[in-house]
Amino acid sequence: MTSASAPATEHEHADHAHQFDDAIQQHEAATLGMWTFLATEVLFFGALLTAYTIYRHYYFDAFRYASHEYLRWYLGAINTGVLLCSSLTVALAVHAAQHHDHAPGQSAAPPRIGQPKHLVPLLLVTMLLGLVFLCIKGTEYYIDYRENVVPGPSFFHPEHVPPGIDASHIRLFMTFYFILTGIHATHMIVGLGLFSWLTWNAHRGTFARTRSNAVEICGLYWHFVDLVWIFLFPLLYLIR
Amino acid sequence: MTSIPYNPAFDERSHTYLNIDYGVRSWLLTTDHKRIAILYMLGITFFFFIGGAAAVLIRIELMTPAGDLLSDDTYNKMFTLHGVMMVFFFLIPSIPAVLGNFLIPLMLGARDLAFPRLNLMSWYLYMIGGAIALTALILGGVDTGWTFYTPYSSVYSNGYVVMTIVGIFLAGFSSILTGLNFIVTTHKMRAPGLYWTRLPLFIWSMYATSVMQVLGTPVVAITLTLVAIERLFHVGIFNPAWGGDPILFQHLFWFYSHPAVYIMVLPSMAVVSEIVACFSHQRVYGYIFVAFSSLAIALISFLVWGHHMFVSGQSTYASMIFSILSFMVAIPSAVKVFNWTATLYRGSVDLKTPMLYVLGFIGLFTLGGLTGLFLASIAVDVHVTDTYFIVAHFHYIMVGGAVSAYLGGIHFWWPKMTGKMYPEWWGRFAAFVLFIGFNLTFFPQFILGYLGMPRRYHAYAEEFQVLNVMSTAGASILAVGYLLPFCYLIWSLKYGKTAPANPFGAAGLEWQTTSPPPTLNFESTPIVEDEAYAYDKIEVPYD
Ligand code: HEM
Ligand SMILES: [Cu+2]
Repeated sequence: MTSASAPATEHEHADHAHQFDDAIQQHEAATLGMWTFLATEVLFFGALLTAYTIYRHYYFDAFRYASHEYLRWYLGAINTGVLLCSSLTVALAVHAAQHHDHAPGQSAAPPRIGQPKHLVPLLLVTMLLGLVFLCIKGTEYYIDYRENVVPGPSFFHPEHVPPGIDASHIRLFMTFYFILTGIHATHMIVGLGLFSWLTWNAHRGTFARTRSNAVEICGLYWHFVDLVWIFLFPLLYLIR
Repeated sequence: MTSIPYNPAFDERSHTYLNIDYGVRSWLLTTDHKRIAILYMLGITFFFFIGGAAAVLIRIELMTPAGDLLSDDTYNKMFTLHGVMMVFFFLIPSIPAVLGNFLIPLMLGARDLAFPRLNLMSWYLYMIGGAIALTALILGGVDTGWTFYTPYSSVYSNGYVVMTIVGIFLAGFSSILTGLNFIVTTHKMRAPGLYWTRLPLFIWSMYATSVMQVLGTPVVAITLTLVAIERLFHVGIFNPAWGGDPILFQHLFWFYSHPAVYIMVLPSMAVVSEIVACFSHQRVYGYIFVAFSSLAIALISFLVWGHHMFVSGQSTYASMIFSILSFMVAIPSAVKVFNWTATLYRGSVDLKTPMLYVLGFIGLFTLGGLTGLFLASIAVDVHVTDTYFIVAHFHYIMVGGAVSAYLGGIHFWWPKMTGKMYPEWWGRFAAFVLFIGFNLTFFPQFILGYLGMPRRYHAYAEEFQVLNVMSTAGASILAVGYLLPFCYLIWSLKYGKTAPANPFGAAGLEWQTTSPPPTLNFESTPIVEDEAYAYDKIEVPYD
């Protein structure tokens, strides 16, 4: 409420925002909101992956060649492992946050102030894993940059392209590689921002006080971003 | 009607959402869905008049066969400007963001949408997007048409394509967030007793619209992003010379943009259901069919995009499937039209202004929809595609239909939104002018298209002049039809009669609170005990 004259009601110090009746309703709304957002995201990546799949079908040889020559599958594999670990720590963090919580809706119970055990460390480890992922991804980008396989005006026309493969199709593959992984990395960065915010609030005990399910909701987002990578890794790195 | 009080300090007279605070900050930082609706109304009206100005120039140019007023280049920029503004910045947000925002919490008996701050953020995204697109056109414009077909848009066009795309992208996100907010609110914030089968049909249609916004918009967002990337980095995503596939662009674009035509028209069906029920003083005939037809439209309209591509070289088999599915999408639309007319037939009809607009909608939408069936027949479409027949078809639906319904809705809920009555006779007069002007503008275009006049050219063959002059004459009448409400509605803010809580004797929770409502909408959470449209329990107001 921005207006000063908002009626002073029991909502002032309540555990839910003024538009909701109680914390249960708020939790359910927030969760459904995140799922709906993820549905949007599915279509967002879905359109890109459709386009990618069609070109992979048109120019299969070029795509396979480019994937072999220019992507390092082992770096992708390490990153897959890193993200899977981070999904585990997120799941544990959600568990930690929930088990501290009262069953939502028992507004009669006095708010317990304090921190759920392990929540902050688990969030920090998750962020660390996220950072490791981004560093490895950055390294890959850097190598690509050194090898001039970043699509653009200075794109290096590979000399040893086997006969029958068109360099422009290789470039198309690299374009999709950068768009897909770039958008994924952007999502990772947003995720890191969310988790910094979570960590700060968990540290101050806000969630325990307000019985918020923010950890769970940001966790959903994180799992989704991981899942996207689980699709990207085989589609880009492991073309056979 | 019983209720749960939640706001003991409630004072009916002194606290409306409008007079609670007058500061600029209290508007620009508001999270009240009703104030955000008003903010949207201002933005939308602004972009409507920008788009309208472009249309005026187009019509003046087309008075004579020679391309004399605007150069071909300027003409291209004008119809692009017109299309982009009207589609992305006016019609898609119009009913959802203004009337939906204002009414959904009221109709559900809630205090606000589920995510009020997100709602404010959508407005800012929309305005920033609009400002960017407007800047692009002041700097020099875009000449690709609102459809941005590749590779022209991604390689050859000289306009500010990327900038316009950024604007549309932001507006798209605003539309996604609005849809998300509506979906969650409808699921989670209904008042006690308000089961799904008791929801007003307005809510059902808005819900279906929101689903389409959430699932369709991301596709066009990423597609336009790809166009921008191809343009900026000269990589071949859609350009065939570089290995891309231009038809893929069309598939991705229409995958959103056909549902988008229903994103524009389903909300008008939402408005129509409410107004028809109110002014025939009758429950809507076949409630459950009308409700589910909205969902059916949402579903089927995702499967018909190929009817925009009959001449693109897509496979004949694909075209046949798309053709059949396009015929099928007409079924739920027809269900609605039949049920509305059945409601009228059994009711006692009161021809107030909103009802006039709605009757206009029903007639014009039916014509637009029926010509849609012509277009869904492949052979006919090959003959008239890219002619004025198409232009007439979608204007019947989008302008004759959706914009009329929007205006009908604005009149209908104007007393609720502002606490003032609009002037009834001016309203009826304007609705009449609009109907005449609209038909005079667009009916000749069906004939022009059938005779073979192509769209998107500034010059045309001599023999088409008579019909074009008729169309331009109609457009000036139409312009009067739009300016009238603009003027008298503003006038009514100061001089209009004070509106009672329920001036039209309408059913629906929004009419049970004061006009205008207090910030938290109701004195207490209403508890619903009736189905929607229990008109047998409401007396017709005497006036
Ligand atoms: C109900 C709301 C509708 C709206 C808002 C709408 C809008 C439009 C628009 C904007 C176009 C032109 C696209 C362009 O070329 O730029 C169009 C074309 C078309 N519409 Fe509709 N339409 C509607 C309903 C229908 C229905 C019910 C059908 C068929 C059952 C239909 C069939 C078609 C077809 C086949 C075309 C493609 C014509 C062509 O480009 O060759 N439309 N419509
Ligand atoms: Cu269509």
